[in-house]
Amino acid sequence: MASNYTNYLTYREALESGSTTAVNEVKSFLTEIESQKHLNAFLETFDETALAQAEVVDQKIKQGTAGKLAGMVIGLKDNLCYKDHSVSVSSKILTHFKSLFSGTAVERLLAEDAIIIGRLNCDEFAMGSSNEKSAFGPVLNPVDTTRVPGGSSGGSAVAVAANLCHASLGTDTGGSVRQPASFTGTVGLKPTYGRISRWGLIAYASSLDQIGPFTKAVQDSALLLEVMAGGDEFDTTSSQKPVDAYASAKSEGPKKVAVLRDALESEGLSPAVKARFIEIIEKLKAKGHQVEVVDFNLLNQMVPTYYVVSNAEASSNLSRFDGIHYGYRSEQATDIESTYVKSRTEGFGTEVKRRIMMGTFVLSTGYYDAYFAKAQKVRRLIQDKTKAIFQDYDFVLTPTTPHAAFKLGHNSDDPVAMYLEDIFTVHANLAGNPAISLPLGTNEEGMPFGIQLMAPFFGEKELFGFSEEMMKL
Amino acid sequence: MKIDNSIVDKVAGLSKLEYKGEEKEAIKKDMERILDFMDLLNEVDTEGVEPLKYVTEGMLELRKDVAHTDITKAQALENAPSKDSDYFKVPKVLSK
Amino acid sequence: MDKAVRDKYTVVIGLEIHAQLNTNSKAFSSDSNQYGSTPNSNVSPISLGHPGTLPRLNEKSIEFGIKLGIACNSDITEYNEFSRKNYFYADLPKGYQITQFDTPICTGGHVPIRLSNGETKNIGLTRIHIEEDSGKSIHDIDPFNSLVDLNRAGVPLLEIVTEPEIASEEEAYEYLSEVRKLVRYLDICDGNMEEGSMRCDANISVMLNGAKEFGEKVEVKNMNSIRNVKRAISFEINRQIELCEKNVEILSETRGFDAPNGSTIQMRGKEGVNDYRFFPEPDLLPYVVTEAKIETIKAEMPMLPNELLAVYTNKYGLSEYDALNIIEIKEIGTYYNQIVSLTSNYKGAANWIMGTIKSHLNKFGITIAEFSVTPQHIAEILLLIDTHKISNSSASKKLFPALLKSPEKTATQLAESLDLIQNSDSDDLAGVIDEIFTKFPGETGRIKGGEMKLIGFFMGQIMKASGGKADPKMTNKLLMQKIKS
Repeated sequence: MASNYTNYLTYREALESGSTTAVNEVKSFLTEIESQKHLNAFLETFDETALAQAEVVDQKIKQGTAGKLAGMVIGLKDNLCYKDHSVSVSSKILTHFKSLFSGTAVERLLAEDAIIIGRLNCDEFAMGSSNEKSAFGPVLNPVDTTRVPGGSSGGSAVAVAANLCHASLGTDTGGSVRQPASFTGTVGLKPTYGRISRWGLIAYASSLDQIGPFTKAVQDSALLLEVMAGGDEFDTTSSQKPVDAYASAKSEGPKKVAVLRDALESEGLSPAVKARFIEIIEKLKAKGHQVEVVDFNLLNQMVPTYYVVSNAEASSNLSRFDGIHYGYRSEQATDIESTYVKSRTEGFGTEVKRRIMMGTFVLSTGYYDAYFAKAQKVRRLIQDKTKAIFQDYDFVLTPTTPHAAFKLGHNSDDPVAMYLEDIFTVHANLAGNPAISLPLGTNEEGMPFGIQLMAPFFGEKELFGFSEEMMKL
Repeated sequence: MKIDNSIVDKVAGLSKLEYKGEEKEAIKKDMERILDFMDLLNEVDTEGVEPLKYVTEGMLELRKDVAHTDITKAQALENAPSKDSDYFKVPKVLSK
Repeated sequence: MDKAVRDKYTVVIGLEIHAQLNTNSKAFSSDSNQYGSTPNSNVSPISLGHPGTLPRLNEKSIEFGIKLGIACNSDITEYNEFSRKNYFYADLPKGYQITQFDTPICTGGHVPIRLSNGETKNIGLTRIHIEEDSGKSIHDIDPFNSLVDLNRAGVPLLEIVTEPEIASEEEAYEYLSEVRKLVRYLDICDGNMEEGSMRCDANISVMLNGAKEFGEKVEVKNMNSIRNVKRAISFEINRQIELCEKNVEILSETRGFDAPNGSTIQMRGKEGVNDYRFFPEPDLLPYVVTEAKIETIKAEMPMLPNELLAVYTNKYGLSEYDALNIIEIKEIGTYYNQIVSLTSNYKGAANWIMGTIKSHLNKFGITIAEFSVTPQHIAEILLLIDTHKISNSSASKKLFPALLKSPEKTATQLAESLDLIQNSDSDDLAGVIDEIFTKFPGETGRIKGGEMKLIGFFMGQIMKASGGKADPKMTNKLLMQKIKS
């Protein structure tokens, strides 16, 4: 049964043995999605195509020709293009838009017989840390529905946490996979920048965006990465480095783990997170790993750097939503200028417009050097310092988030307070390193939170291996 | 730094967005608050530091000059808010 | 305008040319770059600016940029970055254009032009860079809507920017003609302003001779032919000088060109100039041009107009006038080159092109590409003439028309079948002359006595006797010898 799902291997055995079928799984999930619709995770389910895919999978299982992900039911964040299906990045401005092509990651999943069950709610244009900023309503945390699931990939996190599908894809630009994974008690990965092709990922910030899976088990995350990763001629920023056998990664021997002092001593850490974090450090030491506190000294600059760069890139990436060639056009459009201004003003939400304004500002004449160029330089320092740490250490360990999920409406007046939710996660996006959030904590109110592990560039194999070790702590 | 109406107007003009009344006051405040936050960047000395422009290492791979058109005209116009059988249509102010 | 007034001023002109590259596919996507297709049929999700798409650079954009740079003696940039130029326009689907702001593929270089006094002037280039074209908006078909066609969106362009070194409308005309010739010779662009494959914007200012500061610059756009560029510049120079003479301030603005009236007209003020917010294009990694790549391209470069001019005048001994004429159109130059690869009668080949061939092409309104007679044919004709097998006049009057009708035959075959092969065997010829002497003793005596006016009579008789096949030159030579002996 769908809700008993622990990991793909077990499920695959059940498919092979005939104790379940893909069609049953899909039907089961569709029913569950319907009964959990108050969570508002799914914007749309692709009932017909999913069932049709499931039928094919069941045939292939019988014939012994099924792919590596046969029968895995996956939800897609609403910013991943899937041919002939609607996609809207949870925005009014992409009303009625159907993509003419599928992204590379999606195609690779389908090629291995995965089943795409629907598209998942998110913060509009992936801008947010709570999934309260969707044009289609907030997503609720299934562990406590008065709380946020995190964002921007809130729907993707909830879909896995609430057993609405086996796994889901989100995207992570400043923590948008890892932070909701932390808030919902799931495994969330951001691969190395360039590890997964961005072809078909509706761009928010081009130099920061990466697709990342949400799963219950570390091994499933590894398996999904194995299938999706690899160079793609359609994305020139994708890496041609060979794809390792992530799913069979094993950690061997004692590791050297760096703990960032700024993170450990951060005033924003909640007592529960801090206590558990310290406990994990001790447990790792007890297992023979070398865990040391290192200075980074750029924690205060992380989030400002991130917001300057991401807002700038976003302001340009979102210019294509102009009411002319696709998407929403205002009824007040009487000429070309009003087509732009009215359609964009009406079609975009407040947060999106705020970021476009900020991005335009930091790129404009007179401010470019002080803000954008400055941020690029600080980013260089962040990357250099990170590389230096990885000369001496195998991993960097921090909490994923300073606290567990907050209440809906908590940060709504203060954009900066919301931005600081990303304080530990933006690091990996700015430097480009892979990072994973592991569901290792629960606070006094029973809310989950994650611990984050970061590895060197293209060190996903080691990352998965050690993640397995950490999950045993 | 202080954000005044002229800055908001200029930035909104470039972004093709419209701010009026209360919303304009709100965005002014937001921009000030966010810019103050971004000023934390100035705490770091970046003298002589090269800006980071690309995360992926390596050189651009070029595409061979082979033409193939994979979508039809109908598909191209499918998502258009206003179109005829050949063109995207944008309303224009009647001249004269 | 009074020359005295005009001469008080120094004219400063810079030209920006956008050359559409004649590639198969677009700059950043594989959809077709074909001109003239039905609207919105040469498009892809990338050129439509659909969400989720990313650019992929056409290798020819780089190659053609380097080619042009080599031809203009520019420096080729090693580390090429791409930038986004952000602005909104109905035919710019992404809301930004991908271009090269900081690192144009070529910097410096020059294009030599011929001035009216025969001197050469080098027009310096500031830069050549890679970018993409926008689509087209049509405003005059539908009264209520502008219509947008994105076929042209993403077509690869090279932008060529001159230093402000052009000093008159004539120089501008020469410069554009030279660039047009160059891009056609390099086979990178059709150079056709009427079809839009080459577009030009002009920046024009005037200042009193010796002034320390430049005048206010005015940009002029929408000139759709080289001739119209000249007309527009001419008008604009006069307009600016007249204003200066009246002490009226010149507004820095963008003006259009009203072709029927030959005047520049107000379009929009530069006060509203866009802040393009250039920043590095994060979706395209930098491209590094290696020495090896430059060498490969250099090795494959065709001969350029100026190089051909040198060869034609110095090596082949053609007059500059003839040489320039042949070079003017690339296909004719190629045709000529093919002839002279088969014969060393350079001048003869040139004469055939300038004379018989060109007048045929003009008469029938065809191009050399549509011309059925091949360079091989012409080379053959020249050989036949050089070996005295046919005369020049029978070649052009009889053989050439026959070849036009039957181009599948060789010149020799046709010459033989038309019985045009002349008698150039001197012994035979000597015999014929002797016979004529015997036949006309009176005239023979008179010509031997010095009445040279009888040459015509004898030539006529010999020609008649030989059935028109005697080689006139040889005949004349022998006849003179015999008369004097």
